[in-house]
Amino acid sequence: MNRMTRRTFLGATSMAAAGTAVGPWVLRAQAQGAPLKIGVVLPYTGVYAVLGESITQGMELVFARENWTVAGRKIEMIKEDDEMKPPVGIRKTEKLIDSDKVDILTGPVHSGILMGMRDKVHNSKTILIVSNAGADVISRERCSKWIFRTSFSNWQPNWPMGGWVAKNVAKEVFLVAPNYQAGKDMMNAFKETYLPAGGKVVAEDYPKLGETDYAPYLTKIKQSGAKAVYCFFSGSDAVNFVKQFDQFGLKQSIKLTGAGFLTEPDVLPAQGKSALGVITGHFYTPLLDNPVNKKFVADFKAKFGGKSPDGFAVQGYDTAEVIIRAVKAVNGNTQDKDKLVAAIAKTEFDSPRGRFRFDPKSHNVIQPFIYIREVREVAGGLNNVPIDKVADVTDPGTGCTLPA
Amino acid sequence: MPALPDLFAQALNGLSYGVLLFLLSVGLTLIFGMLDVVNLAHGSFYMLGAYAGLTLIATTGNFWLALVAAPLVVGGIGAVIERSCLRPLYRRQPLDQVLLTFGLIYLFEDLVKWIWGGRIRSIPAPDLFSGSVTVLGATVPSYRLFVIVFGLGMAVAVWLLIERTRLGSIIRAGVFDAEMTGGMGVNIHRVFTGVFAFGAALGGLSGVIAGPIQSAYPPMGASILIPALIVVVVGGLGSLKGSLVGSLIIGQAETFGKAWLPGASMLMIYLVMAAIVLLRPQGLFGRPLK
Repeated sequence: MNRMTRRTFLGATSMAAAGTAVGPWVLRAQAQGAPLKIGVVLPYTGVYAVLGESITQGMELVFARENWTVAGRKIEMIKEDDEMKPPVGIRKTEKLIDSDKVDILTGPVHSGILMGMRDKVHNSKTILIVSNAGADVISRERCSKWIFRTSFSNWQPNWPMGGWVAKNVAKEVFLVAPNYQAGKDMMNAFKETYLPAGGKVVAEDYPKLGETDYAPYLTKIKQSGAKAVYCFFSGSDAVNFVKQFDQFGLKQSIKLTGAGFLTEPDVLPAQGKSALGVITGHFYTPLLDNPVNKKFVADFKAKFGGKSPDGFAVQGYDTAEVIIRAVKAVNGNTQDKDKLVAAIAKTEFDSPRGRFRFDPKSHNVIQPFIYIREVREVAGGLNNVPIDKVADVTDPGTGCTLPA
Repeated sequence: MPALPDLFAQALNGLSYGVLLFLLSVGLTLIFGMLDVVNLAHGSFYMLGAYAGLTLIATTGNFWLALVAAPLVVGGIGAVIERSCLRPLYRRQPLDQVLLTFGLIYLFEDLVKWIWGGRIRSIPAPDLFSGSVTVLGATVPSYRLFVIVFGLGMAVAVWLLIERTRLGSIIRAGVFDAEMTGGMGVNIHRVFTGVFAFGAALGGLSGVIAGPIQSAYPPMGASILIPALIVVVVGGLGSLKGSLVGSLIIGQAETFGKAWLPGASMLMIYLVMAAIVLLRPQGLFGRPLK
């Protein structure tokens, strides 16, 4: 035991010594301002690891196209795994801001982590480009000059769906979503247009995030008399829910609808035929017929072993595209943060999802379209076929008063 | 007040979930009873079973073959782990073994990611049980009925093996006093390896059985470990009967918790565990604490 302690002590001492030796070198490198440091806080393990992977791949596709340089500066991605745990995500954020001194921060997937990061980012005047987490308040009461969002607010894919489901599917719906901020945000956005259109919410349930057995909820849905289910699930939750919904024989009598994450390409192969006929609303589907998207899908498949890109990959792609364009616009000078923020806010380009631009009021992306998509069998397997669309979906941004 | 068919339907849901928990926890409790090792990597065996099953079904197209072969594969891995990693640690403190099996979780998770990738996969239900049936007004997927029958059958089979065979009596003797059993001329090391492999195989079996209901993804083993450990604590460490009764109780508690108090369904199973441990610290069928 004694020997172990001494060895540990020696190890710790030598590590500390190495740390002090490295210190001055790092400082010098920063003074020259050489690499553009992009801090990435995403889940690389756990239930949502595939989301982190897709977002990262979308970013890497753009950076590789630019040969990993922008305005003469080398691009350096510092990836941190937030494990989908708010305490971990916040610690990693502090590390990236305080010790790595990143120029731009991006991530996270989890709304809870975003809420935990928000004050640290705001107070340290770090530019954060949110590449997934949809917490509505970040575009509303808790918005910040320093925070942009390329992905979506939870409100955006769901708000158009309420009216659409009431008009085209059913007037009696059962709502189900995981029991956390995003789940509740999305169901509320749906209700905003569903109720005025004459729809009635028969009941709503909020199972825990990462549930594996939905049987008790499915039995309740069956007995509720609802004509349709509107839900939000993602990752393995989406696979389990859609498969079990089918196994319980509900598909014959109750239409399954939801936010687009339910049938994204990360889960569709595992859901298989159980997902046929499911209707969802989302800002993207790989089937979109525009030249940027066609090139994006082909390049993505070529670079990542035939993997079909999903909405998450588009979020990563657009995040990287915004960074490249804004840093070029300020000629690589990221020290003047006000100028960089202004450049980001003005960034506009053709994204795979359509014309990309931020809402100057809230720094949240304006969705060019929310597509209503149905899972059908097409060439190359199951896919989300667009059957309708709603244009220019902008978060109301209520309560956000960004300095112009 | 919910109608009677609702109650019955939810009870069936609870039963199928409980049986799944039993298949998972029985291996855990057997290994603990015999080897005195809290095998945190048991969830990994569950995961390996699901992935081995996945590959076997993809190559042979036969669910039943996978149901037999995948546990054998996982059992083999278990035997290797016991011989190579666990055996040198028996004389060390229990914490060292816990640390080892904890480390194995990460090892196996990365191994699975390396071989199969991080994507979510799923096992299709066998054609025979792909639909749903209505029993006394309750709609249940026929595969879940199969799981219930199969799981209860396995409970009987394991019970017969432990209580009614010569091998079983050696195992029971080993659980009671390993050193003395060794002194009676039994090669206790080989029995240890066998029990660990058997426990691992049961973990693998539960992975294949759960495959058509739940999706397979790398951290699946870690998330299922907690309910399995709760079952073992409720039922009593090392008790076969305890693991069956514990699973059925936890299965019902969680199902009715979800149905009636959706916000507090996890709380429900912890409340049940706390109540049982307060009344019987050794669990329902555990040996009294020394």
